[in-house]
Amino acid sequence: MSEVPAVLEMRGITKRFPTGTLANDAIDLEVRKGEIHALLGENGAGKSTLMNILYGLVTPDEGEIRIDAQPITIHDPADAIARGIGMVHQHFMLIPVLSVAENVVLGQEIVRAGGVLDLSEAGTRINLLAKKLGFDIDPSSKIEGLSVGQQQRVEILKAIYRNARILVLDEPTAVLTPQETREIFEVLRRLRSEGASIIFISHKLDEVLEIADRITVIRRGKVVGSRRPRETNANDLAELMVGRAVSLRVDRGRSHPGESMLEVAGLRAKNDRGQDVLHDIDLSVHAGEIVGIAGVAGNGQEELVEALIGLRKPTGGRIRLGGHDLTHASVDERRDRGMAFVPADRHKYGLVLTYPLDDNLALTRYGDRPFAGGFAGIIRNFRAIAENAIRLMKEFDIRAPDPKVPAGTLSGGNQQKVVVAREFRHDLRLLVLDQPTRGLDVGSIEFIHKQVIGRRDSGAAVLLVSAELDEVLDLSDRVLVMFRGRVVGTFLADEAQREKVGLLMATGGAAA
Amino acid sequence: MDAVGYVLRLIWELGVYLFTVVPDLLPIILALATPLALGALCGVLNERSGVVNIGIEGIMLMAAFFAYLTGFALHSALGPGVSIALGILVAILVGSLLGLAHAWLTVSVRADQIIAGTMMNIAAFGVTGYLNRLIITPSGLGGAGVIAPFHLPDAVANLPIAGPVLVMFFDQGPIAMSVLFIVIALQFALFRTRWGLRTRAVGEHPKAADTVGIDVYRQRYLNVIFGCALAGLAGAFLTLESTGSFQNGMTNGRGFIALAAMIFGRWTPIGAFGGALLFGTATALGVVVSIRVPEGDLGAIMRSIPSYWYAALPYLMTIVILAGVVGRSTPPAADGVPYVKEGKG
Amino acid sequence: MSRLRRAAGRVWQVASIPLLAIVLAFIVAAFVIVVSSVFTSSGLDVFLPLGAYGSLLAGAFGSGTGISNTLVAAAPLILGGLAVGLGFKAGLFNIGVAGQFLVGAFAAAVVGASLAGAPGAVGVSLAMIAGALGGAAFGFIPGLLKARTGAHEVVTTIMLNNAAVLLLTWAVNDLVRAPGFSFPRTGDIGNSALPILLGRNVHLGIPLAVLAVFAVRWLLDRTTNGFEIRTVGQNPNAARYAGMRPVFVTTLTMTLSGLLAGTAGAIQMLGVIGFYAPGITASVGFDSIAVALLGRSDPIGILFAAILFGAFRAGAPLMQIETSVPIEIIDIIQALVILFLAADLIVRRVFRVRATKPVISELATVARTWAGGTPPGGTP
Repeated sequence: MSEVPAVLEMRGITKRFPTGTLANDAIDLEVRKGEIHALLGENGAGKSTLMNILYGLVTPDEGEIRIDAQPITIHDPADAIARGIGMVHQHFMLIPVLSVAENVVLGQEIVRAGGVLDLSEAGTRINLLAKKLGFDIDPSSKIEGLSVGQQQRVEILKAIYRNARILVLDEPTAVLTPQETREIFEVLRRLRSEGASIIFISHKLDEVLEIADRITVIRRGKVVGSRRPRETNANDLAELMVGRAVSLRVDRGRSHPGESMLEVAGLRAKNDRGQDVLHDIDLSVHAGEIVGIAGVAGNGQEELVEALIGLRKPTGGRIRLGGHDLTHASVDERRDRGMAFVPADRHKYGLVLTYPLDDNLALTRYGDRPFAGGFAGIIRNFRAIAENAIRLMKEFDIRAPDPKVPAGTLSGGNQQKVVVAREFRHDLRLLVLDQPTRGLDVGSIEFIHKQVIGRRDSGAAVLLVSAELDEVLDLSDRVLVMFRGRVVGTFLADEAQREKVGLLMATGGAAA
Repeated sequence: MDAVGYVLRLIWELGVYLFTVVPDLLPIILALATPLALGALCGVLNERSGVVNIGIEGIMLMAAFFAYLTGFALHSALGPGVSIALGILVAILVGSLLGLAHAWLTVSVRADQIIAGTMMNIAAFGVTGYLNRLIITPSGLGGAGVIAPFHLPDAVANLPIAGPVLVMFFDQGPIAMSVLFIVIALQFALFRTRWGLRTRAVGEHPKAADTVGIDVYRQRYLNVIFGCALAGLAGAFLTLESTGSFQNGMTNGRGFIALAAMIFGRWTPIGAFGGALLFGTATALGVVVSIRVPEGDLGAIMRSIPSYWYAALPYLMTIVILAGVVGRSTPPAADGVPYVKEGKG
Repeated sequence: MSRLRRAAGRVWQVASIPLLAIVLAFIVAAFVIVVSSVFTSSGLDVFLPLGAYGSLLAGAFGSGTGISNTLVAAAPLILGGLAVGLGFKAGLFNIGVAGQFLVGAFAAAVVGASLAGAPGAVGVSLAMIAGALGGAAFGFIPGLLKARTGAHEVVTTIMLNNAAVLLLTWAVNDLVRAPGFSFPRTGDIGNSALPILLGRNVHLGIPLAVLAVFAVRWLLDRTTNGFEIRTVGQNPNAARYAGMRPVFVTTLTMTLSGLLAGTAGAIQMLGVIGFYAPGITASVGFDSIAVALLGRSDPIGILFAAILFGAFRAGAPLMQIETSVPIEIIDIIQALVILFLAADLIVRRVFRVRATKPVISELATVARTWAGGTPPGGTP
């Protein structure tokens, strides 16, 4: 059956975490020399855990790993590196304040006498490696100044510098534009032709079908199928991934836009380092429509969202909601005027993990009636808080034993539901969503998308910011593209094709 | 008009005064700055590796006490020179041991780092007070002797301009003289060697360092111990080179001023040294004003300021500088966050 | 019966680590006492700890005088512990209790002395208010600095402690020195002294301190301000997102904390000492930290912890007299208690207690704001 010998075999890998989750359940995986092997599964399926085991970051409870048919034990990343395994993590393991050269050689530094670093030699070797892979990079530039795509190439350089023969990439295209994705695929094909084996973890069906030689699908910690791209299609894979037939595209229905609700004119702002990051942003969102903002992360979307909700002071321009000027209003005032916000980082902004659910569900209106009253409005009304919690938990199907458990004990999907339940009030006029389904399982994603469309149909204006281009294209009635702090393009839903939008995201409209 | 003239005259008198007082001022500055500089270097080594250590004050105090105890106990048996040298070694050893304790608490046990440092301070006050009362006070003896400072030949000391600067740096005891070398050595090591790169990596992004095979725990342990050894040396300076006796709580906040100097110096050895000199100058000014009384209107003003205010100057200055400087400089990204290797066990 | 058991079980869950930490601290301190007895004239004495602890207990609880002394010693610790604990709730570490205490004591002494002849109620009230305000001012400064510039309160409060001692000494020497005494000090407080309620020295400050416990508890649990304080301590980012203003909350909390510490100084001055002179030291500073940690930042827990530490401080002099063990052993015990609380892993291993919640979860915020930086998005 296998013409080419397997370079990596993982047999019967099982891992149960102390929380009780069975992340990997007797997984078998076989990777051949010179192949790109995709590990497909939705968020939380166990793909990352499996690869963390391979890289020595996690110890398996059971199972065996063989390289070139020799059984081995991998105790830590140093072991894995020594055996020719390299890993490019989803969240880059790069140190922003250090240079490319320093990051690449870290741990295997080139030194002169007395431990003094020889960075020029490092630079020379890096340039050679980069050339071989088909790109250029300046070894002395600091990581924090590089684009996401460039940083990813540095990560690959790190692995190749250490003579990796098995390269693991964890969700590599999550933060790339379509163009950058194409470029990275070229690099991977070159590596394959040199005999490297590549394990490509993803939840993106189209890409996996395009790049992989073989696909292994994982669901809830188990391998549920193995395919070649020729033998399968997106629907088949989706069904394997989720365990039931999935509608790959949410039915957005028609929108009936009403009056203009959010009007932003000439908005300017600086980032935390004092640099101008928003330049004269104009946009509007009408009641009953969903406007999506597409763009590579880091082009000002975060700062725009922060300025809209009141967490960042603009340096110029106006923000109006339903005719009221809110440019310098406090967060509280904006909420009073009907603005709600689902933040990108639910752990950092959206929830207080140590607080019980009922406090979290009342978090953004803690000082208003009915949650507080009496004596200058400072006495809290526990009964109202509890009733609110019970009602919302039922309405949004939040799975938890009771409203008093700390929010931190809930799953990611349920935590996001808590945030959504709190924000999706019935009287809201503008809903701002930032990466609303990041890291969630398919069921939760479907639920939230339905809720968003439901709110739109009830007359709310919705502004959606997401790094997942598909989510933006699926949900939005209108698509705006942001590039370097400016809105560089507007598309109606029907005109917004992936290629066109992706190109604008990558180049901003300048000649490519 | 008159007010402007008055102010200008004051500024002129200040300039003249500082100029005349410089030969007296400079040697004192380095001596006053030495414990601050060593403490700040301890802070730099700790925090560059990602460990917050506010127990520097306590480590200095403990080391100062045990250095004194050693010198004091062995004074008659081994003679002043040897007993003092042993005292310095004991101080370094005590500093290292306390560093080991701090490293264990913060890196392995992953206790809260601010509390761990506070505990070190409280423990130091308690232990030194306890032992002081138990052992030293009853004996009635005092004085372990002081290290005789090195003296430059007069010809060199009297050179114009260069002379006072050389005197400042070389007409000192051994510990104070070594500070400059330690600072330069650490500055080079931190930014140009493999050890320095790994240290900075571990303090900025320990997970990244872990994933390329660096032992984060080991790196942090070594640096914390080494840093606290320097704090121990600072303690030895206080009792063996500076005063020759021990008082309860004699560190008097120096460990915290050292931290401010570290922040002021943007977590670099040279910057920290600069900060230490700055604070040393503030303290020195207070000393000098009482010895070499300034003349004229300026003198009237400076003399009317009560001595207690001069004494409080370093502390107040620390607050002002901290408020102005913090937030403009960025600490190592993983500073104060314990590192957990996930999935193991 | 089972309700009692469940309640007892909950008390054990909360109090087990602190209690066991104290036990462990005493055991380790016993070793210290034994080892250091080698250096004393009477030589190695393995049973010395027993005698020492016995005297300690006797001094604290063994007589009416002992119990009164314990209560009197506990009163400032209750307030100091509340000050530190309240700070912890907001993710702030107020090590400045010592300085705020002294400023409060000084203010109370000066106002009390100037109203020495006035009716007691007036003198006491105004002196107490002066003390509270003095402490509040010394809490406000580091609070505002932390909120607006990020200057960490750990350094600024310690600097203020040192500065306070010096400046108050100057004030007593040069500004408010009372005539007719051989050493610099403030005048007699006369009628402004806190009335004695029981025995020789149990003064009004003690029930006042207990009242403060319930006031702080009410603030934290039932009011929106308390909710803001707790949220800023748990997650400052979520607090901003929820419409709270961390700058205001931080400043308010440090001010309140200073107010409590200043009140501690005031009641100590008006109830015990009676005048301010240079050289008054405050072990309250460090003691309050231990009390707050032992009580897990909870007002009721702090009440019990303060009584315990008050007992230590009250009983120590008798221990030193009877067994020659220096009173500084209490400082060592205190450090050990903090050690075992911070590294509660040790306590759990030694006594095989199952993992409970971390001692104080807001401590993470204290460490994370160490090196400053304004919160993301600019100062709101």
